[in-house]
Amino acid sequence: MTIPNAIPITDDLIAAHGLKPDEYQRILDLIGREPSFTELGIFSAMWNEHCSYKSSKKWLRTLPTKGERVIHGPGENAGVVDIGDGDCVVFKMESHNHPSYIEPYQGAATGVGGILRDVFTMGARPVGAMNALRFGEPDHPKTRHLVAGVVSGVGGYGNAFGVPTVGGEVEFDASYNGNILVNAFAAGIAKTDGIFLSQAKGVGLPVVYLGAKTGRDGVGGATMASAEFDDQIDEKRPTVQVGDPFTEKCLLEACLELMASGAVIAIQDMGAAGLTCSAVEMGAKGDLGIELDLDKVPVREERMSAYEMMLSESQERMLMVLKPEMEEAAEAIFRKWGLDFAIVGKTTDDLRFRILHQGEEVANLPIKELGDEAPEYDRPWTAPAAPKALEEDSVPEADIADALLTLLGSANQSSRRWVWEQYDTLIQGNSLQIPGGDAGVVRVEGHATKALAFSSDVTPRYCEADPFEGGKQAVAECWRNLTATGALPLAATDNLNFGNPERPEIMGQFVRAIEGIGEACRELGFPIVSGNVSLYNETNGKGILPTPTIGGVGLIADWSRMARVAFAAEGEAVVLVGAPQSWGSHLGQSAYLRDIRGRSEGAPPPVDLAREKQVGDVVRGLIESGAVTACHDLSDGGLAVAVAEMAMASGTGATIDQPDGNSAVGSFFGEDQARYLITLPSAQAERLLKQNCGVSIMRIGTTGGRELKLGNARAIPVEELRRVHESWFPTYMDG
Amino acid sequence: MKSAVVLLPGLNRDRDMIAALTTITGQKPHTVWQTETEIPDVDLIVIPGGFSYGDYLRCGAIGARMPVMQAVAEKARQGVMVMGVCNGFQILLEAGLLPGALMRNATLKFVCREVKLEITNANTAFTRGYQAGQIIRCPVAHHDGNYFADDETLKRLESEGQIVFRYAEGTNPNGSVNDIAGIVSSTGNVLGMMPHPENLIEAAHGGTDGRALFAGALGLAA
Repeated sequence: MTIPNAIPITDDLIAAHGLKPDEYQRILDLIGREPSFTELGIFSAMWNEHCSYKSSKKWLRTLPTKGERVIHGPGENAGVVDIGDGDCVVFKMESHNHPSYIEPYQGAATGVGGILRDVFTMGARPVGAMNALRFGEPDHPKTRHLVAGVVSGVGGYGNAFGVPTVGGEVEFDASYNGNILVNAFAAGIAKTDGIFLSQAKGVGLPVVYLGAKTGRDGVGGATMASAEFDDQIDEKRPTVQVGDPFTEKCLLEACLELMASGAVIAIQDMGAAGLTCSAVEMGAKGDLGIELDLDKVPVREERMSAYEMMLSESQERMLMVLKPEMEEAAEAIFRKWGLDFAIVGKTTDDLRFRILHQGEEVANLPIKELGDEAPEYDRPWTAPAAPKALEEDSVPEADIADALLTLLGSANQSSRRWVWEQYDTLIQGNSLQIPGGDAGVVRVEGHATKALAFSSDVTPRYCEADPFEGGKQAVAECWRNLTATGALPLAATDNLNFGNPERPEIMGQFVRAIEGIGEACRELGFPIVSGNVSLYNETNGKGILPTPTIGGVGLIADWSRMARVAFAAEGEAVVLVGAPQSWGSHLGQSAYLRDIRGRSEGAPPPVDLAREKQVGDVVRGLIESGAVTACHDLSDGGLAVAVAEMAMASGTGATIDQPDGNSAVGSFFGEDQARYLITLPSAQAERLLKQNCGVSIMRIGTTGGRELKLGNARAIPVEELRRVHESWFPTYMDG
Repeated sequence: MKSAVVLLPGLNRDRDMIAALTTITGQKPHTVWQTETEIPDVDLIVIPGGFSYGDYLRCGAIGARMPVMQAVAEKARQGVMVMGVCNGFQILLEAGLLPGALMRNATLKFVCREVKLEITNANTAFTRGYQAGQIIRCPVAHHDGNYFADDETLKRLESEGQIVFRYAEGTNPNGSVNDIAGIVSSTGNVLGMMPHPENLIEAAHGGTDGRALFAGALGLAA
């Protein structure tokens, strides 16, 4: 057997493929000869950080991934969690950071397309999407262009595909100046007995190529995503794929129709490293070899080489193992939707990955080892230094009303309406809560009372100061946001964005954040069922803030009792649940300290997980009982921002007491964890206050009027709050 | 009361429309695929919203030329009620069943939000469930909803009462001329509108303002 090596394998070529010399040696040892050019490409695709998780695997294994309701945890295209009545929710979050920085519209669009495909490959119809976006500082010359492009790309793809975008985050920080983050989440609903997996079964069965044609777009994309950026990054633009949401929508309908017909044995979408990753995944999981004949692959460009076809990241493609007797019926479905359908290979019993092209065998590799024998690193890490606590009394008292208005009108606390009004939040007719509240809520179609809640959270400045506490807090805040709607948090997906893991201090952030996430997930009964790691988020050696985004899913048994953030009526009691006697005091790493005092100092607020759970369970119980008329969790900006958001969402004002003998700044802007604001009719509140719920419950004010009055500070008209809150984003984008 | 929903690849509010019609009429509408040339006998034919053929050409231009649209045109000539929402409105314009054009939103951005609509003519079969001058809530979600027609056409639409919905209270989201949100044909049996009444017909939607439109079109009590 001779494998043509038309292109000599040089050290430069190996380096250009992102392979280190010892990794190349591993390839030589594994196959006992020099790889062909195509094979080198295949190894590079399989062994890069993005696909192999070689730096992170050791630590990812420590995360809790099991639970009573978990049907499939990490390792499949998306996590699958039982929601009862024969239904399950299928969800995952994934980054598309590097492509979005290079070409914001297409990078973001294909990020959305990729995550949607991960969900419907498993047999689920997507019902909700979220996007966690992080940009550089507003004054940076590239930021406005990136915001405009990413938001329009997210909308352009999701809106045309037809999934409601019901949640997400948008944040600005100088650390993202040269490396923005685009983390796309999607969730779908499937029947628990109708889940499809990638594991191939049966020898000699047809391997079918579905969807759009293969072009040269995205060749080497996964390798690019695993490299640091430098100033020549614009040269990488050709490695970004181009999205076609119309084809993806057709692919969704065709796949669901095909799955319902019973023709599908195994199915896998083509994401990073396209044909290579999908074929290897299907074969390796099924203990089968795969043989592909590239002459059969539908292409949209001429004279594509085997190398290009194997590494193309053209979008909207799937690979499937088909029941041979159903070939005709299957093909008819795809023709109806105007999509390509081609038998491009077969399963074999020799555990080899064989690629034929124009009569030649251009690759012949051991299929299991391609994945299983990928390098795995236990990278050295240094424990991050413990943050110095904020000195007591180092934050002077100041005007509460002025500070509130400044915060509400700031880049990071202002309304994100400019963003989410470009997303279709209502399509499918099931959206019960759209962005602007604590979580997006979508009712479960076909069920009278059930709904799913989605939230995406992380506070990167906390993670920077203390990765362990920051990791805990990301999970806790997500759990809390779901709880604030009345949802029972079920499970989560993690999208871990960090810098270069070859630097021990970055690896230290990663390790400690995972330990924090793991601890919080265990304590809160909130397993991680899917996820994605994005490393090398650096430009010219400067890393981003550690950003482990947590996307959570919760279940609401009866949406008619669901809570919203808007005050429901005048004259109701405003009740603070879970707070210390001072209401709050923790100003270290707070939004107040950063945005009002210009100081990024101190330790982040610690999360007491046992108390978090206890308080959340009490709040959820109150919502489920129908007693609560509105609920909001306390996070960035503390009590003042939370109560202002409740007022702005309703148009109704409130009068809040002056905290007794404590620092007003600490009470109103402290970011102590595990706190919620709820409202109830006064009589019910009196009854609640007399009960012993085991957590602190305090009445701190009353709703009513058209002004918000915080303690002794001057009253601010709700209209003024709204004007300030709504104006930052449009003004900035028009500037 | 029987209805039919036209299906073209890339439409994506078809399921919303089917769900709304099922809720309101108590029976599932027929569905008619792009290549079909016969439409069953129904009281109302709906072309739902979405991005038919990706809107890669002018919105609605390809859809208007599919075989099923000849059948829709024939039914319209026979006096069957035909309603196009969002991309469906764009298709009706491209098919010549309604006058005017829909351009890119004045902001150049996709917009999804709730707007206010004034019922400017309650004397059509579609709007008989409302009062003239009544203001209703309705969501919009589109990129190309900026209605335009030449002066002569506008004059005719205004004088003949063919404008049935206008964006009200300063909520025009797209720059449409004369705040036009929906129009009917001169024969009164073809309606095109940008807003999505199918997304506001039950408690879960937070309101039922859109319901009377379907009830009217189908001759049901609202």
